[in-house]
Amino acid sequence: MDRHKTRAAHPVAIRIMHWIGVYAMGCMIFSGWEIYNASPSLPFLFPAWTGLGGWLGGALAWHLSAMWLLFADGIAYLIYGFASGHFRRDLKPPRPTEVGHDLSAALHFRLGHRIGHYNAVQRVLYAGVIVAIMLQVMTGLSIWKPVQFGWLAGLFGGYPIARGIHLTIMLGIVGFILVHVALVAIYPRTLKSMIVSVPTEKEESP
Amino acid sequence: MSGQLNRAAVSMAEIRPELDRLRRRGFLRNMLSLGSLTMLTGCDLSTHSGVDAALETILRFDDRVQAALFNRHRLAETYPASAITHPFRFNAYYAEWQVRPVPDNWVLNVSGLVTDRRPWTLSALMALPQQGQITRHICIEGWSQIGQWSGVPLGVFLRRIGADLSARYVYFKCFDGYSTSIDMASALQPQTILALDFEEQPLAPQWGAPLRLRIPTKLGFKSAKNLEAIEVTNKYPGGYWENQGYDWYAGV
Repeated sequence: MDRHKTRAAHPVAIRIMHWIGVYAMGCMIFSGWEIYNASPSLPFLFPAWTGLGGWLGGALAWHLSAMWLLFADGIAYLIYGFASGHFRRDLKPPRPTEVGHDLSAALHFRLGHRIGHYNAVQRVLYAGVIVAIMLQVMTGLSIWKPVQFGWLAGLFGGYPIARGIHLTIMLGIVGFILVHVALVAIYPRTLKSMIVSVPTEKEESP
Repeated sequence: MSGQLNRAAVSMAEIRPELDRLRRRGFLRNMLSLGSLTMLTGCDLSTHSGVDAALETILRFDDRVQAALFNRHRLAETYPASAITHPFRFNAYYAEWQVRPVPDNWVLNVSGLVTDRRPWTLSALMALPQQGQITRHICIEGWSQIGQWSGVPLGVFLRRIGADLSARYVYFKCFDGYSTSIDMASALQPQTILALDFEEQPLAPQWGAPLRLRIPTKLGFKSAKNLEAIEVTNKYPGGYWENQGYDWYAGV
């Protein structure tokens, strides 16, 4: 039996960490919207029914609880990603021409999707959201502890600017999620491969 | 007879404020929200007591982490006078028109684990060493502003009244119905002051006259205004917002 053919598109560790991440990030985003609504710095509010926590104190309790889950999940993912070769194998930074080619193909709905392989656009988006989440943890620490982690808050330009960056990165992560979920809806097979063990597809199958 | 029995002993309007407060104590008021429904599938949606208990436990853990991160010698950033925020935003658990005037014959009472329980007059407080600061006030809601305060370092005051500096809590009671408490390590941080002045003028009522706590290493709701009593204690004293679910340590 060829071991290569039966390798799961997403190893079980990745699948578990993905769904823990979904839960933790969901808690962070929805409680974060409730916190934002307490003192909006932009001229809009998130709809009250999307908030998690019911009021500012409850939202902060969720936010300052789920952060540990997100942090632990993220650290585990980074360790796994480097140790297993996942980052080297699956998220290799593509050449700009590759990105251009795949992006153009994607926008014309001609980009194939092989389960277990990432095209250049996916690699950019996935690597981008990983970096965004790491920055989000750092700006989050800056606005949670602007005195004790004053050096970190200073790196982001001080408390008020770090808060603005935290909000901006959140919008970026939400944008990623919308694109990601839309693409999963177009290729429902990919959802199955993130839940159960599905073999990696070897041949190009557009 | 039956008419009397049917009449409610307490009208809804009378107990409404208290009911609202009790309801707020639950972390999960307003459960019919997308966020909660998405996140809580499988949890008991009728009482939420398990979720509340879990969140409370994690907040206590957060408090211990915050205390470990706190360094008594690390100072909050200070700013030049040109950075002071104008106009300065009023904030309290009530509206500005409800600010209480200073009671006649105001004194600051001290109690608990202290050797000298004599009350303090304003002039006695003004005779103690003073210290000024221009620091950032960060509200739990996220907004912040830079203000200028001066007054007696709390550490100086606590030593003057012979406080047990190994006690766990310092509790602040205010004549406007507010209260809060802080840990002893934060109380002894050099920028923690009993402020008498705001922008180089004696405190006006809306800024906490005649005496307020100013603690730039904690969120704004810890800087209690309109003080009337200070207690040093080992028994967890809570506070106005803390009792409703705000994270107690609230360090920044």
